[in-house]
Amino acid sequence: MAEMTMREAISQALWEEMERDESVFIMGEEVGVWGGTYAVTRGFYDHFGADRVRDTPIAEGVIVGAANGAAMAGLRPVAEIMTINFALLAMDQIVNHSAKLRSMFGGQFIVPIVIRTVSGGGRQLGATHSQTPDVVFAHFPGLKVVAPGTPRDAKGLLKSAIRSDDPVMYIEHATLYQARGEVPEEEYFEPIGVSKVQREGDDVTLVSYSKGLQLSLQAADILAKDNVNAEVVDLRSLRPLDMGPVVESFKRTNRCVIVEEGWRSFGIGAEVASRLYEEAFDYADAPIKRVAQKEVPLPYNRELEQMALPQVPDIVDAVKEVL
Amino acid sequence: MDKKAHLQLYHEMVMIRRLEEKSAELYQQGKIGGFLHLYIGQEAVGSGIVSARKPQDRVITAYRDHGIAISCGMEPKIVMAELLGKVTGCSKGKGGSMHLADVNLNFWGGHAIVGAHLPLAAGMALADKQRGSEAATICLFGDGATNIGYFHEALNLSKVWQLPVLWVCENNQYGMGTAVDRASAVGEIRQKAEGYNMPNARADGMDVMQVREAAQEALDHVRQGDPYLLEVLTYRFRGHSMGDPERYRESEEVLKWSEDDPIGIYRRYLIKKKIATDKALDAEEEKVNDELQQAVQFAESSADPPPEALYENIYVEEV
Repeated sequence: MAEMTMREAISQALWEEMERDESVFIMGEEVGVWGGTYAVTRGFYDHFGADRVRDTPIAEGVIVGAANGAAMAGLRPVAEIMTINFALLAMDQIVNHSAKLRSMFGGQFIVPIVIRTVSGGGRQLGATHSQTPDVVFAHFPGLKVVAPGTPRDAKGLLKSAIRSDDPVMYIEHATLYQARGEVPEEEYFEPIGVSKVQREGDDVTLVSYSKGLQLSLQAADILAKDNVNAEVVDLRSLRPLDMGPVVESFKRTNRCVIVEEGWRSFGIGAEVASRLYEEAFDYADAPIKRVAQKEVPLPYNRELEQMALPQVPDIVDAVKEVL
Repeated sequence: MDKKAHLQLYHEMVMIRRLEEKSAELYQQGKIGGFLHLYIGQEAVGSGIVSARKPQDRVITAYRDHGIAISCGMEPKIVMAELLGKVTGCSKGKGGSMHLADVNLNFWGGHAIVGAHLPLAAGMALADKQRGSEAATICLFGDGATNIGYFHEALNLSKVWQLPVLWVCENNQYGMGTAVDRASAVGEIRQKAEGYNMPNARADGMDVMQVREAAQEALDHVRQGDPYLLEVLTYRFRGHSMGDPERYRESEEVLKWSEDDPIGIYRRYLIKKKIATDKALDAEEEKVNDELQQAVQFAESSADPPPEALYENIYVEEV
């Protein structure tokens, strides 16, 4: 095992896949000469050249659209959308094309595209640059949506995403690039659509992913001091959503808190809670709780922004309510 | 073009016309659902453009796609079956009128969101360029698509990246019911290419030979690795789609354009140039009628997709 940051893990996955397969290439804003606005592709332009690390105009519709077309024609594009807020400008390509080109034409096409993008608030970027609308993309059949919360999963899931013949939305979190963790030194893959228990416990089930996973693990540490053993289940993929480990855990703990950075209404928590009630209603010893963002556009002011975002104490409090 | 090729092209244009007329009939009988956009009046555009392509050239178009599918070589029975939603259709009954495609014919669809297939075309051309292929991508779209951002993003990218795309604007003078001069800041669509330093031309879309010649010239340029915008002036004789009340234009205007029927123009050309006789052309029309009848029979007797098809082909790797 090697310890590395999320940034290094993502970068390694891209590098390895580009070395392995000539049809893999990167396109997006500032991915080349600049080296990526989050420095994920630093050094790629010099090594792989301008044809495989393509700087694009600031035009999200044609970034995803041309990547879709290139994928239909046999390449394996990794299209980078600088932040998920800008993916809204490419919504038609993602929703009406990436997700549908295969089924709508009776299976004639494959669209092996990866859309790498960055979600999340907490950096004082104001309301339009701080959203966490991951769930929006998970609504559409035909897409796969993954959002890793550890360096190990970041690397293993990205390699799986690049090799997948299906379109994958790969969502990174803006504040996790420096997060460190153990990553295997040999080649490995993490499967898309498989949830994972990141910490074992018997008293309560915490369900989350991405940044929420890190917050949940910190909350679990605090709860452990009070002899409350939280099990933390990491969804890792939002579509397909693997409820197996969540249901299994809930049947043991009979209590559940779902943590997400996006807004509560119509969110991941609503989906997971609903499925738990459908699949394991008799096991519930308390109402399932949700910890999520306050229902406001995120403000610039640091204190206000932090008030709106879910915090570790919010998770601890929610757990105490269900115990 | 030799005599045989001319007769084939004539056959193709008549087939498109008759297939569209038949589709309108089947739509009125409730056998075709959804939207139905007919190509009647525009046959010379698709046929002229596609006749100029080499087998390796990709073709992609918008939702008025039945004619383009035929020109690309799709059998009328396969088109009909898709219109009727049958499992034997090119998209197995999941696409319908607006989503015809056949990868084996290098025909990449039928796309129903206005302008959205222009970026797809750019991407396909990028793939060909990356692999050193000599293929060009021919992307057809309507005048209405030139007012949406996609058009500008895609033309710009194709020029910046030197992509082998032939952009073909089928200017039929109305975006749904809105005339070009009410929606576009410039009346001649080809002028928009100037903003991207892109060579361009305008051709008479009612004359298949002129369209073909313009397409050949344009493709010669594109093959050197530089995109080109060809505007083809045409007219649709029917409404935007079935059920269009056509309040936006006078019947005299439709009548005037109908006199420039592209099939009639081509027929007169073939006779004047002594390429074909009236008798030979009538014989082609008879052949079309027989083939079309068989196509309808094939489609009507084909099965609907089975229930299990509902979940098929959503993903490559089943989840």
